[in-house]
Amino acid sequence: MSNRTGLVTSADMQREVEQLLYHQAEVLDERRWEEWLNLFTEDGVYWMPASADQQTGEGQPNIFYEDHYLMDMRIRRVEHPYAHSQAAGHRTSHVVSNVMIKNEDQASHELVVTSRFHMVEYRLDDLRHFGGKYTHTLIKLDDTYKIKLQRVDLTNVEGPFDFVMQVWL
Amino acid sequence: MPLDNYNNLGSLVEPERVHKACYADEQIFEKELENIFYKSWIYIGHESQVPNPGDYWTTWVGRERMIICRDEDGKVHVLYNRCPHRGTLICNNLHGNAPKAFRCPYHAWQFNMDGSLRNVPMKQGYEGIVDLTDPQLQMKRAERQETYRGFVFASLSSEGPSLDEWLGKGARAAFDDICNRSPEGECEIVMNCFRIIQHSNWKIFLENQLDAVHPSITHHSTGDAAAQEQKIYKQKTGEDPPMGYQFLADFTLPYEKWDSLDTIGHPYGHTVLAGYMGLRPKDPITVSHEEALTKAYGAERMNAILSTNVHHVLVYPCLSVQPPLQQLRAVRPLAANKTLTEIWHFRLKGAPEGIYERSLAYYYHVNSPSTMVNADDLNNFRACQDGLSLDGGGDWVSFHRNYGQDPVENGITTSVTGMSEQPMRNMFSSWKEYMSV
Ligand code: FES
Ligand SMILES: [Fe+2]
Repeated sequence: MSNRTGLVTSADMQREVEQLLYHQAEVLDERRWEEWLNLFTEDGVYWMPASADQQTGEGQPNIFYEDHYLMDMRIRRVEHPYAHSQAAGHRTSHVVSNVMIKNEDQASHELVVTSRFHMVEYRLDDLRHFGGKYTHTLIKLDDTYKIKLQRVDLTNVEGPFDFVMQVWL
Repeated sequence: MPLDNYNNLGSLVEPERVHKACYADEQIFEKELENIFYKSWIYIGHESQVPNPGDYWTTWVGRERMIICRDEDGKVHVLYNRCPHRGTLICNNLHGNAPKAFRCPYHAWQFNMDGSLRNVPMKQGYEGIVDLTDPQLQMKRAERQETYRGFVFASLSSEGPSLDEWLGKGARAAFDDICNRSPEGECEIVMNCFRIIQHSNWKIFLENQLDAVHPSITHHSTGDAAAQEQKIYKQKTGEDPPMGYQFLADFTLPYEKWDSLDTIGHPYGHTVLAGYMGLRPKDPITVSHEEALTKAYGAERMNAILSTNVHHVLVYPCLSVQPPLQQLRAVRPLAANKTLTEIWHFRLKGAPEGIYERSLAYYYHVNSPSTMVNADDLNNFRACQDGLSLDGGGDWVSFHRNYGQDPVENGITTSVTGMSEQPMRNMFSSWKEYMSV
């Protein structure tokens, strides 16, 4: 294993992982929330630390730190007919790239995958840009990779933020 | 209506309505900086934010950029972030540590943490011309600086009431209530600042903090979603959901509940909303907190501390404090239609970890950059500002709700109902005083 170059794995594995990340970007952009949630394991976590050097999300401030239930609540909330701040046309476009498999644990069938993302968001006649790094911990269950942990390191993690973020990046 | 009343601000503020120019006019905003933000006391930071010599954070007072830092003797200073040589910003990062001295990036003048000049390269160029101890060659200190229970304030005016007098009983309660909840009588900042820009006037935010009509309307969707998720959680796990859900579900309390709250208006515009969250249930965390406080202060004082029932304290014009949850939002007006909020939370020294977890849960759900609560407030603020910036469609903002019914005693105004617009009227009456000078 080498952190600098990523693992040399089979082309199939690389392709399978990339397809998962692309699919995740697509369901987010198309607001297919249930499919998004199903990409995670039952105990899966979506985590955006509040600072780049954070080692854990437990017991400290985070920008996002959501388990299955909190993600489910967020879906209910953004789809609620009275969610007025979400009512204006809202579109996003994600691009995911630089996909590298950094670690493979043969025993637990877990992969650590890093990638870079870029997202533009349109709402209220305005565009916002977000960019950063994804670190996915994936686990193979029933022959498909599921997300056990998605860490999102935002490039502008300190803000200041115009408004706030309502859906996952 | 074109604004020809700039020199007659009194006509913009009537007891039960104010002119939209108070929110949207840039000239009025300039005068607010001059008369309010550069005259009153402004919250700068907490002493624990700069624990070590050389530590600094940068922030704003109006459009002035300020530094809070700690010197080698442990003293905390508030300085203008400006080099006396050619005016360069000295600290260009949000925070950091300047070992030994601040060093200007332009020509390397060095300054002690109290602003005094420490060294200048190639000193001989100044020999016989200007004395290097001359105050004009120092980083300027805030005109006045005072601290109340670890909370550091500065005033850019050398005259005016002392911090203690200005805060008064009403605003001091915010800091007393935080600190008293610690068995050691002190709190400590958590070193994380969420910074969120509101596309609206600073007063819109302050007014919203004490607006008990809006929560169940503005936050309907989030309250509903949280209540639904609580049930799902319980069904699936058989356990009680984490407390964060209740913080959110509370936003859809019925009107009657909001109407039963008290709002209290103090001098200088400081305003209090008495609490609604029932943060003293008999759960193990609260019980262990009670035990820790009883051990430190005795049962009677413990009871007095934990029965204190304030939810929000607005320290006008610069702070919104939520003492029982140990959070604060500092208000930094950048333009008539742009306001930066700096959002912090605190640990209570010596209190059980669960008390911190409660504070952290609220910080996450209500105050983080992914909050499902303030998202809707921010959208309203923006829409409000946009509407107030229109030329047509009317000129006034209404604060009629329960007007004429506010009981006043010894300069303290209370409200007949929680939903009264008394807090807005109270803040504007102080605004008018500040602005009329
Ligand atoms: S501008 Fe600061 S040293 Fe010259
Ligand atoms: Fe609100």
